[in-house]
Amino acid sequence: MREIKAGAVTGAISNLFNQANYELGEDVLTALKKARQEEESPLGQEVIDTILKNADIASNERIPLCQDCGVAVVFLELGQDAHIVDGDLYTAVNEGVRQAYDEGYLRKSMVARPFSERINTGDNTPAVIHTDIVPGDRLKITVLPKGGGAENMARLGMLLPSAGRRGVVEFVVNAVDEAWSKPCPPVIIGVGIGGTAEKAASLAKHALLRKVGEPSPDSEIADLEREILEKVNNLGIGPMGYGGRITALSVHAESFPTHITSLPVAVNLQCHSARHREIVL
Amino acid sequence: MAKKVKLPLTEETIAELKAGDNVLLSGTLYVARDAAHKRMVEALKRGEPLPFDIKGQTLYYMGPSPAPPGRPIGSAGPTTSTRMDMYTPRLLAEGLKGMIGKGIRSEEVKTATKKHKAVYLAAVGGAGALISKSIIKSDIIAYADLGPEAILRLEVTDLPATVINDIYGGDLYVEGKAKYRK
Repeated sequence: MREIKAGAVTGAISNLFNQANYELGEDVLTALKKARQEEESPLGQEVIDTILKNADIASNERIPLCQDCGVAVVFLELGQDAHIVDGDLYTAVNEGVRQAYDEGYLRKSMVARPFSERINTGDNTPAVIHTDIVPGDRLKITVLPKGGGAENMARLGMLLPSAGRRGVVEFVVNAVDEAWSKPCPPVIIGVGIGGTAEKAASLAKHALLRKVGEPSPDSEIADLEREILEKVNNLGIGPMGYGGRITALSVHAESFPTHITSLPVAVNLQCHSARHREIVL
Repeated sequence: MAKKVKLPLTEETIAELKAGDNVLLSGTLYVARDAAHKRMVEALKRGEPLPFDIKGQTLYYMGPSPAPPGRPIGSAGPTTSTRMDMYTPRLLAEGLKGMIGKGIRSEEVKTATKKHKAVYLAAVGGAGALISKSIIKSDIIAYADLGPEAILRLEVTDLPATVINDIYGGDLYVEGKAKYRK
């Protein structure tokens, strides 16, 4: 049994949310530069230039990439032989979020009681935490500060099994078409297929953690990702919806076995400010 | 080439703006988003005045990140305008002339924008660091209790934006999508 101190979790979470909100990852920057080459629309090209320039300013002058510093989404992969000591794991995660958003001058966007008073919790907690128990004695932490504009465009469809692959492609492409200019394109499209309603939604979000542009290791899914990307980039929406070729930078799909009666499909859109960071303790 | 535009907007300036034009805005504008819009429209319904004279002014849909020491404001990019749609026609009727946000507006807002000879512009979402560099002064003028949703008055120099809906019925989102759709 390996011990991991709760305080180390808090420190790691705080650092990761700070890094993510001030520095765009290399994978995202590379994908944006490639998109700049491929974009035909002059306004679209200018938007991508602005996004790249913004990333420079954010990193060099310490200004958050986006004023929407997100819901603090945290993925934990906890080794079954690791033991968290000196505190409670989720309390440690939330303390890390509190520190990051307070000391890092990040915007606190969480409101309690979503359907009534909507009073800001003041420190961007609670985090939305997803935990998997895995073999080993390590703790892998991935943070994904998720902006509201793109999250609001998420969709869940319980398709008929007869809809098949074509139905899945249509559902995802329609979701992006309807979202139009709202999720801050060029987006990254997370797709979850199979399982149950909540499993599909969770897979779609998890798919966003993959490096931008990296295809699924499953060749059938990779082929599906290519087809969706091509169709989405024929929609004409373009960077920030001003019209253009590049509506999405990448499509990331994950699938899971499902019930004989079901074909759940979930779509989770990630804005171009695709902020995620990870560490293994 | 971006057009230099002075704020508050004049009738003459608005008449020159066409969907797809890039502009650099300089002058005074006001910041309000969801909760502030709700309060403003509720105040109007009760027959009370707005916390500032909105006639001829421009609203920026934005909720900044906190200002670090030595800066007027934190990251300051636009939020999605759709959520303001249900309140916007009432404010246009009060004399609002310019709106800056991001994303498509409802048919009701587009109709009211044209009717009241106002203009809707977009700033690049997710470019909050870059946009913050054009904000030289920020003051909370009302609803301070709303935190990042308080009403602010900003002084800006060359804030970059793009015209989406003009007074001639032009709509960059519709036209741009149609042009590049395959």
